[in-house]
Amino acid sequence: MKNDLILDIKNLRVIYQTDLETVEAINGIDLKINKGKTLGLVGETGAGKTTTALSIMRLLPEKTGKILSGEIHFDRQELLKLSPLEMRKVRGNRIAMVFQDPMTSLNPVMTVREQIAEAIKLHNANLSNDEVDQRVETALSMVGILPSRKNEYPHQFSGGMKQRVVIAMALVCEPDLLIADEPTTALDVTIQAQVLMMIRELRDRIGTSMLMITHDLGIVAKICDDVAVMYAGQIVESGTVFDLFTGEKRHPYTQGLFDSIPSLNTRSNRLKPIQGLMPDPSNLPKGCCFAPRCQHCMDICINERPKQVIEGTHTLLCHLFADSSAAPAPQEGE
Amino acid sequence: MDSARTPLIETVNLKKLFKLNGGALLHAVDGINMKVYSGETIGVVGESGCGKSTLGRTILRLIEPTSGQILYNGVDITKLKSGKMRELRKDLQIIFQDPYSSIDPRKSVVEVIAEYMFIHNTFPSKSAIYNRAAELMDLVGLARRYANSYPHELDGGRRQRIGIARALSLNPKFIVCDEPVSALDVSIQAQILNLLMDLADELGLTYMFVTHDLSVVKHISNKIMVMYLGKCVEMAASDELFTNPLHPYTKALLSAIPEPDISKRDEEFVLIKGEISSPINVKPGCRFAARCDYVSEKCTGRDIELKEVAKEHFVACTLCNQEVGK
Amino acid sequence: MSQATVQTPDKIVFKKQSQAKEVWRRYKKNKGAVIGLVLFSFILILLAGANFIVPYSAATKGVFSQINQPPSSEHLFGTDSYGRDVFARVLYGGRTSLMVALLATASSCLIGSTLGAIAGYFGGRVDGVIMRSLDIFMSIPDILFTMAVVFALGANFQNLLIALTLAYFTNYVRLVRSQVLNLAEQDYVEAAKAGGSGSTRIILTHILPNAMGVIIVNTTLNVAKIILYESTLSFLGLGMPPPAPAWGLMLAEAREFMRAAPHLMFFPAVAIVVSASSINLIGDGLRDALDPKLKS
Repeated sequence: MKNDLILDIKNLRVIYQTDLETVEAINGIDLKINKGKTLGLVGETGAGKTTTALSIMRLLPEKTGKILSGEIHFDRQELLKLSPLEMRKVRGNRIAMVFQDPMTSLNPVMTVREQIAEAIKLHNANLSNDEVDQRVETALSMVGILPSRKNEYPHQFSGGMKQRVVIAMALVCEPDLLIADEPTTALDVTIQAQVLMMIRELRDRIGTSMLMITHDLGIVAKICDDVAVMYAGQIVESGTVFDLFTGEKRHPYTQGLFDSIPSLNTRSNRLKPIQGLMPDPSNLPKGCCFAPRCQHCMDICINERPKQVIEGTHTLLCHLFADSSAAPAPQEGE
Repeated sequence: MDSARTPLIETVNLKKLFKLNGGALLHAVDGINMKVYSGETIGVVGESGCGKSTLGRTILRLIEPTSGQILYNGVDITKLKSGKMRELRKDLQIIFQDPYSSIDPRKSVVEVIAEYMFIHNTFPSKSAIYNRAAELMDLVGLARRYANSYPHELDGGRRQRIGIARALSLNPKFIVCDEPVSALDVSIQAQILNLLMDLADELGLTYMFVTHDLSVVKHISNKIMVMYLGKCVEMAASDELFTNPLHPYTKALLSAIPEPDISKRDEEFVLIKGEISSPINVKPGCRFAARCDYVSEKCTGRDIELKEVAKEHFVACTLCNQEVGK
Repeated sequence: MSQATVQTPDKIVFKKQSQAKEVWRRYKKNKGAVIGLVLFSFILILLAGANFIVPYSAATKGVFSQINQPPSSEHLFGTDSYGRDVFARVLYGGRTSLMVALLATASSCLIGSTLGAIAGYFGGRVDGVIMRSLDIFMSIPDILFTMAVVFALGANFQNLLIALTLAYFTNYVRLVRSQVLNLAEQDYVEAAKAGGSGSTRIILTHILPNAMGVIIVNTTLNVAKIILYESTLSFLGLGMPPPAPAWGLMLAEAREFMRAAPHLMFFPAVAIVVSASSINLIGDGLRDALDPKLKS
């Protein structure tokens, strides 16, 4: 079982510290990705999704970001114990990352070929120039760009095409884990569909494991195997996509997210949004972080942090389910 | 939608062409005919670069149209002098996409909301204006204690409420909502959508809702117009458009939405090839032809007119020739 | 949440939190700025009260028996090559120098900002005309330009002011224009138009206040620069005509005696440096204090 995991994060805690305040960005999360599977990390702005990704890459802002505790096991290596040099070998080669904004991930004064070639040479110094070129062309055609365009500059590509180039760069070394941070958020919906399908196909072909960070449950339903829902630096619910989309129990926050999306199929007049706002991460509530916005909030929720409830593959961080037999499941309707 | 009624807003062959350096023409809005009746919400959908935001701003004459007419209550406003136009600004308002750049960072919340009322001196005294601003804050669900705060102290959702209160301050009839929720988180998005719908009911507002998000537009609109490269390719009542899309582009757009529904997990997207082509120096013909799977020689050479193929359902496609009543 | 019922109105007090008070609160936090302000006020008080400290005649009428004397209790800063009291000359010279610097900065800022705002906001042909004429101005080196003006009009306070204004307003045009171009793109400017604001109102209430930070910093830097530039001109004999004292002129005159009487150069130089840097400090503090985003 253990060997099936490509990534295993245990009790990770991350803070951002400035002179003024301490932001508790991640408060003890556990995250597992099986080999060849895709985990969707869902949540809103400020939930700690990107911080999680940056912690795995060990790219937290040096001055402020601090990992307080926890372990990140990546294929039998403990990433947090690696020296900076060893970590550099992992980064890009074995774990690659795709960022949200394709415009800023590419160097405007280098051709696409040069940028991809650089990524290849960084980890394969002994390849000849012809071999590198060969790989660049394969990478480009893999993401659906004509290899003849390799000598063009980023500005000659449209947004969707740029994101394809970025993905080609990330996949060119055939990483074991691809972290995609909202890779399609900046794209139009028809282009998003193209890119998503391409990511799905490539993932299946190369067999890469993936951490897909998104705020869009639709994308999760389309391409993820497992999901973790993040709220205020905690994972409030996790499980397989079926646990989450069709399971009997749902965390009230997850339920709120579903209710907030205008449905294409039903004609309801009002949405049922989650009331209020995300708590201030420099001043989190004493009990459950979601309690102030929760419809099912009880006394215990305000005073005590909930413990994880595990039911097979499905985990929930909520007092409602603490005593599974007695707890009322949040109804679909209300 | 009886045709005897005068539409609140009507555009007749409205065009906005931007002249670029070197004389090339960018066809942002390329001959739009639309009618919006009082109390309706019309959704304008399309991808970036299709001209939907320009259309919204051109209707308000924040961008001057190149040609065509904009009728407000049947009166052409394209030729109005600036003084008359300024009066009309009370009726025609806009809510912006970006809750950050649309609010002057140096003004406090109440100053932002009161700004329009000071421009038009809607009330005799300063305190009356501030009182009205406070009522507006209640109306949009913004606690009064934020009145003296500065915008940067508030989150995106609250800032968007400021923008809405400002737009409502002159009791407008018609509001262009330019992607008002696309910069917000899902849960906040839902709060703002509900607010906009409540306000429409209570104040009898008419919206033109510009967005790229089809699920949002379906939720809020009675009627939807799909734009592609400055042209309207399809227009129909909301339900009709979603159940019976006719234009290949509309179909692709609908199919491209990833739905949060696990049973549709294995449904393939209907992908359309390529990307939106350049809006510069467009040749006559269907704008979508280059990406369309059903393209034929009929699609190029001349612009495709909108035809009413079913009641109140207009399509500009050579595949749909059947016109009702003909 | 979105219930559109009006709550029972609590007593609403929209006191416009006195902007000045708020600005001062933020300004106080910057130690350098406070020091700058204290220093500069001290200088201003000294210059204003000069008449009570030493009579003006001490600065213009020399005693030939006492030339190039080092500082003593009688002459705090010593005497110069005509036997005039350097302390008195620094005080009265400061009046002229600072006055020239402040007035020239103010007028160049006013003219330049207005032109820049017009060019940036209206764009098109207006912009073209303003910017092309500016190019002509700027193609002539500052120093040549001022020399030409002073030669043509004669060297006195008023003409010096004109020359300096003409030399410095171009900076403001370019600076303010680029700011305005950037700010006019902001949605809140469009929002103001949508509310029926006219161009003047938009420029005055939305664009200039937001460009203020940059303008103020630039202005304070300019005051310092003009103080120095005025000394350059005096050095070349184009500044204030002697025997009226001015800092630049004093530096020019002291050059001959640099070895024999270094104090002649030292004191006016210190005066220039101290006033220029205290103004710079004030500028830095103001920029931060005027930006509501940096509140806290």
